Amino acid sequence: MTAALDMSAAADQERGGMAACAACAVAPSAQSIAALAAGRGANIMLSLPAAHCAACISTVESTLMAQDGVKAARLNLTQRRVLIETEAGVQPAPLIAALARAGYEAHELDAGMLSSTQTDRTSRDLAMRLGVAFFSMMNVMLLSVAVWSGGDGATRDLFHWISALIAIPTVAFSGRPFFASAARSLRAGRLGMDVPISLALILATGISLYETMHSGHHAYFDAAVMLCFFLLLGRYLDHRTRAIARSAAEELAALEVPRATVLVGGVEVVRPIAEIALGDVLRVRPGGRMPVDGVVLSGASEIDRSLLTGESLPAFAGQGSRVLAGEVNLTGPLDITATAVGRDTALHRMADLVAVAENAKTRYTSLAERASAMYSPLVHILSFAAFGVWMWITGGDWRYAINISAAVLIITCPCALGLAVPAVVTSASGRLFRMGLLIKHGTALERLAEVDTVVLDKTGTLTFGTPSAVDFAAHPADHVALASALAGASSHPLAIALRAAADARGIAPNPDVTDITEVAGYGIEGRYKGQTLRLGRAAWVGATAADMTATYLRWGDQTHAFAFEDRLRTGAQSAITAFAAMGKEIYLISGDTAAPVADLAARLGIANWRAGALPQDKAQLIADLSAQGRHVLMVGDGLNDTAALAGAHVSISPATALDAARVASDIVLLGADMAPIADAMRIAGQARQRIVENFGLSAAYNVIAVPLALVGLATPLAAALAMSLSSITVSLNALRLK
Amino acid sequence: MNILLYLIPISLLLGGFGLAFFFWAMKTRQFEDPDGAAERILRKDWDDKPQ
Repeated sequence: MTAALDMSAAADQERGGMAACAACAVAPSAQSIAALAAGRGANIMLSLPAAHCAACISTVESTLMAQDGVKAARLNLTQRRVLIETEAGVQPAPLIAALARAGYEAHELDAGMLSSTQTDRTSRDLAMRLGVAFFSMMNVMLLSVAVWSGGDGATRDLFHWISALIAIPTVAFSGRPFFASAARSLRAGRLGMDVPISLALILATGISLYETMHSGHHAYFDAAVMLCFFLLLGRYLDHRTRAIARSAAEELAALEVPRATVLVGGVEVVRPIAEIALGDVLRVRPGGRMPVDGVVLSGASEIDRSLLTGESLPAFAGQGSRVLAGEVNLTGPLDITATAVGRDTALHRMADLVAVAENAKTRYTSLAERASAMYSPLVHILSFAAFGVWMWITGGDWRYAINISAAVLIITCPCALGLAVPAVVTSASGRLFRMGLLIKHGTALERLAEVDTVVLDKTGTLTFGTPSAVDFAAHPADHVALASALAGASSHPLAIALRAAADARGIAPNPDVTDITEVAGYGIEGRYKGQTLRLGRAAWVGATAADMTATYLRWGDQTHAFAFEDRLRTGAQSAITAFAAMGKEIYLISGDTAAPVADLAARLGIANWRAGALPQDKAQLIADLSAQGRHVLMVGDGLNDTAALAGAHVSISPATALDAARVASDIVLLGADMAPIADAMRIAGQARQRIVENFGLSAAYNVIAVPLALVGLATPLAAALAMSLSSITVSLNALRLK
Repeated sequence: MNILLYLIPISLLLGGFGLAFFFWAMKTRQFEDPDGAAERILRKDWDDKPQ
């Protein structure tokens, strides 16, 4: 504690020293960059979403190895990431640029955030136990088959002893996850699924050891290790699906590396966002995101608020304008003074809203939880009843009675039940992943199958959130050629859209336009045959603003308007049609103004729409629908959607959404196409049906096998057959998913 | 039946070898990137001399 205080005091001193010495401002800033690099370690991790083949491996690794300071590079094709070992001080930016030249899009990942060693370790630990259980199962089964096919006397005893030698350490090692979880649930006073499992494992091994010592006929060592194997398999599949989804979600979250450019004594210094203090001056370049809330100190630009508010039009920002964390700077560099940092920003207030929505959401009990809640007490009652009844029938032969009750426990043991859900979920999420949907939450599929109402956001969800030109063919060609020449100088979304539309129409930019300059925040200016040309905002150009998204061209004393609209996301129409065909009720809710929302609703055939909605309104709509007993699917991408996403029964967000929205949602749509959402609903319905079938199958096996066990007819052979057959049928049924 | 005295230890030993190799493969992280491993054998980069 004292050490930490000392250290922070030293850091303060250092910072004070930095400010005092203006002349040597450059040196400490270089130092702090080096410290930042050293703090992250000499490993750089890049995400390469496009890598897919052997040629990619060669190209990527050799490109990286050719860079200065790179010691080793290894591409992991399964995770589509490359881990680069570098000498100290190597920055990721040149490596990313080199990969871009080689034709690979790369994003930097925060290595600290990605070292999800905990999940990794658990997964390898489970695989290890699974492997051990598999090898002993094979060996013990070999010995057991010999006994079943007529081994007798000393041979049988010898085989039983060898089986014991293999099975006891295996059960002790491979069964540990079950024992640990059973102990936890007993301490918490609950009867979880792992309690009967542990009991069956211990009883089967104990009884078999006792029988072996007294040269009995039946030993259940094979059943004990087989139980271990099948149950671990279910556990492993379950963990694996979740670990893959989790690491992919982490990857998405880590795409935005939390750093900002701070001006210290006029010099730009890159700092982690966590270290920004109130009153710091930050420089935000065009295309950058506001790291904190602040006031514009100098510069003029336009900012895109669509992720926060759902507005599709960029807003003007000049000296004195307030900007909020999460907004995107579009045209000119802005210097802003931080007025709220960390927890006080608008972003974080939004996060608090999400927390409230999550608390309000009732905890969902999955099918597996419901099944195990029914199963555990039933098995215990059956087993104890068998013990009691046989004690009474045999007049106190406890060895026989315990044998029967152990057989009941082993036969009813939930191998098939343990595989019923994970096998289906693994198979379904694999299919959905190939379609471009990432299932982040274990029960998301089950919840998706229950959905009867779909609520959609507009900007960025149903539309791409980027403009495209309307009726472009109607504009005169000379106007288009002039506007296109001006638009080429800007990276404003409307300018880019105009240029793209002109290129598509085959009109080249007019080469005689000269002196083109961008006036940040207003538009672009140029000269043509002695006349001043202007392309930009209505007021600056001198035109009257129309009630639509448009940019205006001034040529001499004439003005001309180019109209734009937000382009519909691919597959949006077919997804909506599919929802309607499935009988789901559809709502459209947006923070945008009424005109574009009404227009979109009419185009897509959505009867229920609402415009100008605040984040609270969206969350309230979800809450109201839920209160009517509906199961709502929310699809949204903005910060203003996060509370609604968290409050809905199940939620989906596109990969282009802000981290907060992706974190709050259960499923992430990786591709640009929206059509897979409808397919996902169909697959979810099928998966739920398969899970129910699997429960039915394992129950059917028990209905046949349990009476046999109760009357004392279950031999170890019968137990082994019932167990393996039921597990295999359940797994095969899961693979039927189409 | 004396053959069992040889066969059983041999089968256990072979099984043990399999288990030991599995442990080794897990420890050296050979299951980290199954897709990449499948593609890597198709490259021509290290055909002349091993890496």
